[in-house]
Amino acid sequence: MDLKETLLSSYLAFDAQDGPQRKLQDERAAAIEVFEQQGFPTKKLEDWKYTSLRTLTKTLYSVFPKEEVNLKLEEVKQYILQDVDTYKIVFVDGVYNAYLSETTHDGVDVCLLSAALTKRKFAPVIKKYFNQIAEKEASLTALNTAFTKEGAYIYVPEGKVVEKPVQIIHFATDKNPNMILQPRNLIVLEKNAEIQIVERHQSLTSEATFTNVVTEIFTEQNAQLDYYKIQNDNTEASLIDSTYISQQKHSHAKVHTFSFGGKLTRNNLNFYHKAPEINSTMKGITLIEGKQFVDHHTLVHHAQPNSESHQDYKGIYAENATGVFNGKIIVEKEAQKTNAFQQNNNILMDDKASINTKPQLEIFADDVKCSHGCTIGQLDEDALFYLQSRGIPKKEARGLLTYAFANNVLQSVQIDSVKKRINKLIANKLGVNIGFDV
Amino acid sequence: MLSIDNLHAGCEGKTILQGINLDVKPGEVHAIMGPNGSGKSTLSTVIAGHEEYDVSQGSILFNGDDIAELSADERAHLGIFLSFQYPVEIPGVSVTNFIKTAINQNRKAQGLDDMPANEMLKKIREKAALLEIDSRFLSRSLNEGFSGGEKKRNEIFQMAMLEPKLAILDETDSGLDIDALRIVANGVNKLKGKDNAIVVITHYQRLLDYIVPDFVHVLHEGRIVKSGTKELALELEEKGYDWIKQGA
Repeated sequence: MDLKETLLSSYLAFDAQDGPQRKLQDERAAAIEVFEQQGFPTKKLEDWKYTSLRTLTKTLYSVFPKEEVNLKLEEVKQYILQDVDTYKIVFVDGVYNAYLSETTHDGVDVCLLSAALTKRKFAPVIKKYFNQIAEKEASLTALNTAFTKEGAYIYVPEGKVVEKPVQIIHFATDKNPNMILQPRNLIVLEKNAEIQIVERHQSLTSEATFTNVVTEIFTEQNAQLDYYKIQNDNTEASLIDSTYISQQKHSHAKVHTFSFGGKLTRNNLNFYHKAPEINSTMKGITLIEGKQFVDHHTLVHHAQPNSESHQDYKGIYAENATGVFNGKIIVEKEAQKTNAFQQNNNILMDDKASINTKPQLEIFADDVKCSHGCTIGQLDEDALFYLQSRGIPKKEARGLLTYAFANNVLQSVQIDSVKKRINKLIANKLGVNIGFDV
Repeated sequence: MLSIDNLHAGCEGKTILQGINLDVKPGEVHAIMGPNGSGKSTLSTVIAGHEEYDVSQGSILFNGDDIAELSADERAHLGIFLSFQYPVEIPGVSVTNFIKTAINQNRKAQGLDDMPANEMLKKIREKAALLEIDSRFLSRSLNEGFSGGEKKRNEIFQMAMLEPKLAILDETDSGLDIDALRIVANGVNKLKGKDNAIVVITHYQRLLDYIVPDFVHVLHEGRIVKSGTKELALELEEKGYDWIKQGA
């Protein structure tokens, strides 16, 4: 039996379970059919040309946790932002952990998808938004939909500016080894609403884990989303993240993705413009070594006039690490006066590190500004000499130049606590302490 | 302090320095002059320890120790400073953060703790004032978008902060207007003392009106072909380098 067959047979048992997820039975049934037909994507598909899921699909991951796990705060404190007051939605092996969480219904709903499914007042929101922007024909998204049971549910009503950031954190433990986790998040920002979200997946076990997460986000008119993904998992954890953002007029959605860890990480980050005058920003720093693999696939679909998108991804690859960047920008015929910028800069620290980078522009309008650029290089030897000549040893000099290279992505981080955390993670990764925050 | 004996060095298999002899003692100011391509910048780069340059023959002693095998940062820790002809732009690192890192890395090499923040700040203010640098300049990215004059002033600012034993100024006067030249020279002269030495590498005599050398050497085709006192610089200014080339 391979993983596909395991999952298909698990579906029958999953479907028979009682619970709030039964309300989504029709969507789930349709989705499992898509997955059954398509299976896991292979390298034959253009979108998966550089990303092999072979190792993943040969591991027999289990859908069901064997036991419920209680984590002490001490055990996981380091993975949770502590120096800022936040709401927290914490899952352990796919199961909600009330002890570590802090949810709310006071002026904003920050809770669980399963809870939202049981309450009548959320029914119209679920009906209007659930599975409406996720790509139904994408097999991994369909797989997630089929197994939808739990995830974060965030609803920000009109005009509400949420003061506290929300942390969505998933832990995997050794009590339930070889699990496939499939969280499903639904985030809705009504008109003029604002929120900041930090998402993290963290494995606490040396056993293999596989997370296939789908997040749907809707930003209504003039809503502001500021989203941070911290990916610093251990080398046995694989993550496939599919995020779909549907934007209305004057909304601004920003997503920062920090990929510092994991075995295999694939980010599918998709922005769909449903009106004119929209702003989308996506930035990322990838810093990996060993045999780690990180793939960023971005899509911005400009469908209406006068919108902007900005992409800035920096990659630093050491040892045998491999990166992929594929930035797709579609500008429909109606989307005149679109400004779309895309930049992907990479540094290869060692001979065996590699990056496959590809801009993919499909432009049907004639009055647009679209620019894209990618660079692949090494650290500048003359710059290293300059730093060393001031007494900065080579290792620290390399660290400083790497910081400098990634700096403009960090500058747009709005939560200080996140910025500090990322700074620290970069310093740890590089094995240097340069003595100041960039 | 610096004792160079029969130095042959170059890069990419090409020998540029063909037997340099130079002796610099504490308290002295030496000027090295010469036409383009004579090896002036190579000499400064080799003393500072660029990895891509190889010493094939001869030796460089600093306070009696052979430094040929030391990395650039180790030489900096001994007190050797090079003011670059073309300082490198480092976007994303401010002048202040850069100099803080440099100071503290030097202290670390000396077994000292980081300089306390208030002391650092005071020193930065003091040295910035000396070079007429304002605080906005200090928060800009290192050398990024700096004018030629700003880059050179920043080099001398770093020198003032690091207080080296031996400062090598490579074409520090190029790209400077007369006011900037005066400011830079003033900064250099403040550093001058009986315990440290300065090597000024220049194409023209005008910097030497402000930083007065004890000795002037003329470099040609990788060799010092003539040495003298400050009058030699004036003679070169008047006659050009052709008479040296012919003599050599």
